[in-house]
Amino acid sequence: MAATRIDCDIHPAVGGTRTTLLPYLDDHWKEQVVSRAIDGLDLTSYPPDMPLSGRADWRPAKGKPGSDLEMVQRGAFDQLGSSHAICNVLYGAQAVYDPYMAAAFCKAINDWIAAEWLSRDKRLRASIVVPLQAPDLAIEEIERRADDNRFVSVLVLAQGETLLGRRHFWPVWQAAEKHRLPIAIHAGSEYRAAPSSVGWPSYRYEYYLAEAQAFQAQVLSLIYEGVFVKFPTLKVVLMESGVSWLPAFMWRANKTWRGVRVEVPWVDREPASIMRDHIRLTTQPFDSPPDAKGVAEIIDMIGSDKMFLFSSDYPHWQFDGDDAIPPHLPESLVARMCEDNPLETFPRLKLAA
Amino acid sequence: MSDVIDRPALEQEASAKSRLRIIDCDIHPSLHSRADLYPFLSKRWQEHLKTYGDHLRTPYIGTTPYPRSSPLIARRDAWPPTGGPPGSDLGFMRQQHLDPLDIEFGLLQVLDLFIFSQQNLDFGAAIQRAVNEWQLANWTSREPRLKASILVGQDDTQAAIAEIERCAKIGQYVQINVSPRANEPLGRHRYWPIYARCEELGLPLGIHVGGYGGHAPTGSGWPSYYAEEHQSNAHSMAATLTSFVIEGVPERFPKLKIVFIEGGFGWISSTMWRMDQHFERFRSEVPHLKRRPSEYVREHFWFTTQPIDEPDEARHLRALIEWVGVDRLLFSSDYPHWDFDDPRFAFKTPLTEAERAKIFNGNARALYKL
Amino acid sequence: MTRHIVARTTEIPPGGNKVVGVDGRDIVVFHVNGEYFALLNRCPHAGAPLDKAACVARLTSPEPGIYQRSQVGELLRCAWHGWEFDMRTGQSWFDPKRVKVRTYPVVIEDGETLAKGPYVAETFPVHIEDSYVIVEI
Repeated sequence: MAATRIDCDIHPAVGGTRTTLLPYLDDHWKEQVVSRAIDGLDLTSYPPDMPLSGRADWRPAKGKPGSDLEMVQRGAFDQLGSSHAICNVLYGAQAVYDPYMAAAFCKAINDWIAAEWLSRDKRLRASIVVPLQAPDLAIEEIERRADDNRFVSVLVLAQGETLLGRRHFWPVWQAAEKHRLPIAIHAGSEYRAAPSSVGWPSYRYEYYLAEAQAFQAQVLSLIYEGVFVKFPTLKVVLMESGVSWLPAFMWRANKTWRGVRVEVPWVDREPASIMRDHIRLTTQPFDSPPDAKGVAEIIDMIGSDKMFLFSSDYPHWQFDGDDAIPPHLPESLVARMCEDNPLETFPRLKLAA
Repeated sequence: MSDVIDRPALEQEASAKSRLRIIDCDIHPSLHSRADLYPFLSKRWQEHLKTYGDHLRTPYIGTTPYPRSSPLIARRDAWPPTGGPPGSDLGFMRQQHLDPLDIEFGLLQVLDLFIFSQQNLDFGAAIQRAVNEWQLANWTSREPRLKASILVGQDDTQAAIAEIERCAKIGQYVQINVSPRANEPLGRHRYWPIYARCEELGLPLGIHVGGYGGHAPTGSGWPSYYAEEHQSNAHSMAATLTSFVIEGVPERFPKLKIVFIEGGFGWISSTMWRMDQHFERFRSEVPHLKRRPSEYVREHFWFTTQPIDEPDEARHLRALIEWVGVDRLLFSSDYPHWDFDDPRFAFKTPLTEAERAKIFNGNARALYKL
Repeated sequence: MTRHIVARTTEIPPGGNKVVGVDGRDIVVFHVNGEYFALLNRCPHAGAPLDKAACVARLTSPEPGIYQRSQVGELLRCAWHGWEFDMRTGQSWFDPKRVKVRTYPVVIEDGETLAKGPYVAETFPVHIEDSYVIVEI
């Protein structure tokens, strides 16, 4: 592998709680899971058989897309040309209501990914899956993984019970900042309430579109609650969020802040400026304008080439063919987003695994 | 960025003022007090209004849940000298807004009592009728430049249609309004009888931001700050647009014209790109859609311009306008609210004469048949 | 620069303001914390009249939940979009270098001194026993 190309978002799949995760549960949870048939935690956000969840050529003959390590290696590394990849497991342990079950399942996922993926391929890294339902238990899980340099970020879903900027979560961000772990907010919902301010969508397509607004609301929450004042070295990565909505979102935030600043005086500079320093976005999907001129304008409007992180979103079907780079991105940006930006955003990538 | 202004005021007014007569697609008249509605309510409902009052899915009786930037959401200079809240005095509205800005037509949007979200549906039906009558009696019959809208609570479809029929017979309303923050996303089938009626009557459907539909302003619960909640209006509009398109409302009602009011227009192009980007992946879920989503947007939807976006570079605003399309835009001021757009200053990017004519007058004139 | 008499000091109570037309400009004079400040009565954003602005404290904060107040009453929150301007300097909060309101020097003179001239009194009769707000434009 000649050049460094870090894929910041791939999705190994958990086959099932009673199968994949069972070896990583303690005796109590083993018994609960087996005797009560507790399983099937694939999120409503990503039914495994729907087209988006797995590109046709990335679906194994048996099992869910992303469940077969060799297939993932062939796809993400051989076919798409990455040198490293960050694993973000979307199995719904984070959405479990019982906080202790959530904690046990999150721990199991992290143990599983370490044992069966990270240990088998030195090119792989992972985000720590945490039970945000109980912030103290989430911190325990972070501390548990802190010395394992193969864990490079903390994974949370884009839609949960409480906005991520709220004080409720600050101790978790403090722990993440301490261990130089950015927060990776990934598309997906815990479905505690309607995944949109206007109610429950009828279609998965409609739901998926609404995720863009979910990310925007989270960014506003993090900024206005002062998370970046409290934790000045914390970075937040938006994963599978779409990118092209960013400029107009920045302008509206700046416009609002200028008039309503007195409500949040600890926000001492324009929200867009804070975003350029603290927020990063993976590039699949980009939701590109249809022509090169439009893409160039979006990049110009965003005003920072540090914000972009290369990703394939493997095995989700975001593009056809072997090129995961969205169309019409300038060469200089592509170089940055494949190597420099990921290394800067995930500092633990540089540490010996 | 604007620099220091130090020219004498009069010279500036003359040079900045548009020669074009303006159609303002969003003006908010307000009740002097709730007693203004008594002439249009039976005794029973007058009593109810006085005693039980509103029943909305929000914590407070007397105020919006998120405290606004200024009293009653208004410009501080918009309080009429005769007394009463901003927007309550026609004479002052003429003097401060309609006359100096040479407004040819102003389309009214009544937010008092938020009729769209009243939980007591019979009360909601009574006050929506009262508000629709009040618009004519107190405003449009006294001021020919002002135009009324038929406001209906979308979640009681039967009562909504009855009110639409009543008002349509009178013939003095230019559109039918529902709220984007309804019990369900507006594209849902349960609301289609309303859209069928709109299409048959040839009246545009207006969607003004706001509402207490029982959902938080975000999919992750309640934000702490007005700064967040204010921006969530744009999010609700984007979600509503996708609901209309994905559910197939423009496909099913091809003559229906839908206007998004007070959402601004910055979010529209990226929403269209996103819908188009993912259309192939989800196509099998929505076989009722015969065209690309952005095509539906370009033919069936209009957007009022306020609050206009303010990028640092004027050319970026220009790009935004071109992406949405000049034909889709309708000027609005949102008078007398604090974040109102003054037509003389809001567009900080050059427009051709033809573009100005469309955005400030022609598009609305054609759409509303003024 | 010409000195213009714009008000008797007693005309503008503490926390109040007066708008006067001088040389084709609308000038607003504020009286706060024992001082008088004169600014062009137009917000650089969209021309709103600053005499209707809210006069509030300068608000800063080192971290969420802490509210530090200073210069109470000397910050203007524009009547329309809420942009904040420092009465003393005319500078906006969010971009003090590039977005400002024009300010004008103010002096207070007593009637006796003024009787000696020079000044432009407009419609002001000057009484020796009063003091006056003078704006230099």
